[in-house]
Amino acid sequence: MSRTFDTSSPTTTSTDEAKIHYLFQLADNALIMGQRLCEWTGVAPELEIDLALCNIALDHLGQANAWYEYLVEIYPQATDVDQLAFCRDEHQYYNITLVELPNGDFAQTIAKMALFSIFNYYLHDALRQCSDARIAAIAARSYKEIQYHRRYASNWLLRLGDGTDISHERMQKALDIVWDHAFEAFTPSPADHIMHQQGIAPDLEQIKALWEDEVHQLLHKATLSIPDTGFTGYRAKSDGVHTEHMGYLLAEMQYMQRRYPNLQW
Amino acid sequence: MEHTTSIDLEKRFEEKIARELKIEPKDWMPEEYRRMLIRQISQHAHSEVIGMLPEKNWLTRAPTLRRKMALLAKIQDEAGHGLYLYSAVETLGVSREQLYRDFLDGKAKYSNIFNYPALTWADIGVIGWLVDGAAIVNQVSLQRTSFGPYARAMVRICKEENFHQRQGYSICLTLARGSAEQRQMLQDAINRWWWPVLMMFGPPDAESKHSQKSMKWKIKRASNDTLRQKFIDQTVPQLEYLGMKAPDPHLKWNPERGHYDYGPIDWEEFWNVIRGKGPCNKERLRTKRVAYEEGQWVRDAAIAYAKEYN
Repeated sequence: MSRTFDTSSPTTTSTDEAKIHYLFQLADNALIMGQRLCEWTGVAPELEIDLALCNIALDHLGQANAWYEYLVEIYPQATDVDQLAFCRDEHQYYNITLVELPNGDFAQTIAKMALFSIFNYYLHDALRQCSDARIAAIAARSYKEIQYHRRYASNWLLRLGDGTDISHERMQKALDIVWDHAFEAFTPSPADHIMHQQGIAPDLEQIKALWEDEVHQLLHKATLSIPDTGFTGYRAKSDGVHTEHMGYLLAEMQYMQRRYPNLQW
Repeated sequence: MEHTTSIDLEKRFEEKIARELKIEPKDWMPEEYRRMLIRQISQHAHSEVIGMLPEKNWLTRAPTLRRKMALLAKIQDEAGHGLYLYSAVETLGVSREQLYRDFLDGKAKYSNIFNYPALTWADIGVIGWLVDGAAIVNQVSLQRTSFGPYARAMVRICKEENFHQRQGYSICLTLARGSAEQRQMLQDAINRWWWPVLMMFGPPDAESKHSQKSMKWKIKRASNDTLRQKFIDQTVPQLEYLGMKAPDPHLKWNPERGHYDYGPIDWEEFWNVIRGKGPCNKERLRTKRVAYEEGQWVRDAAIAYAKEYN
């Protein structure tokens, strides 16, 4: 059987299809976040940061792996984890655009990680208590790791925001760059909507309120301003419409599977 | 109180060495012993740190999620080894900051092997199998080194390196059992890495300027040529099991010696790379230097914040 992922994007009319799309949202967020963090390896501002970013990247890849494994079990089109991780076309990835944005400088990476991990923290806190036992189990395991990501990113955001004039300026600029993309997390995709109706996914309005509360407090404490919100209509999560950055990320990540298809590695 | 002369101290030190007792950071030690250790342990630390770069080159392109995670975990271990070794060398009274600056300025050495490029995915397998394999042979012998913190660091590091080597060999084995293209990729990587890996053990015993004193003080426990031979003897059967060949027509079992004979090593290449003229010397150091410079504002911010709030 070909490992090329040649199906059209799963439509979200039935509950099963919604669940599959929803699992892709979770898996792809983790995979793409992990992939970006891998780019820091060996070039972080100091060795301790290198170690921490490797650790956080590894957590995300592990989470992605767990979600893909579940998908392989329930999604008839899926043959194995690597087919899902590496053999889909760009429009078949359903991460939010925030995670695919380039790392930029360390401030931009921290801005991405802080905004994402605070969202991810509240999301997984809800999912670990949800009615789907398998999702709850994976979410519970991930939740412990995400607590650390949230703490790590928030601490650095404080240090950079309230450190020196230069770091303050860089941190503010970084937030401005990534800010709009965070809101995609709170715009319900059809899958979010159906999964919420099923009692599995939380109400994203509630998650957004928690997120805003925490982020606003954090920025205030870090002496940073809340950026103006611009375009918030990104729809990678719902429709696979990504930023211009995603194609390059995938070209690199998928290189081996594209160049040498259907082999064992 | 008894008056202790420097001669007494030196005698006591030599006695400890003779009785295979460990020298600890607070013990008296000859300045030259201290200098040799600082040089060797910091080189080892720098090697761990710079060794992350060739592997990083394939981390973002690793072919499967499992391999990507394993490679990332390996690189993370290496960052940990670097930190651990810098801590060990700091017990000798030098700062990590100073050592790292010397490294960035090109004043300190690191293992030559990381000045070669990692060109294909097979290189990641071969680096794990051969480079980590060679490192293990060296480090197993260093578990008995006379300086306590270094010996203990080696015990811990060897455990993880063993795991890395198995991981590397598993990549090689998968390629060896794969398509013709994959086997070719593997053979090509072995051809490129074989000789540089043999050079990892250092120059021949007759030409090794640091060796004698180092052996006398039991910093070093086996000679370069002895370790090189040990590595070759244990590696050739693994190579044969893969169905691959070493790029050495002289490689042959010698029943009289009970060892494999091997062909002449191009020591001119070795010395060139040591002198900064390897394929990646400039690029590797530049990468680390740029990262350090670009990270300065982050470290400054952390210090400023800590001063304000701690």
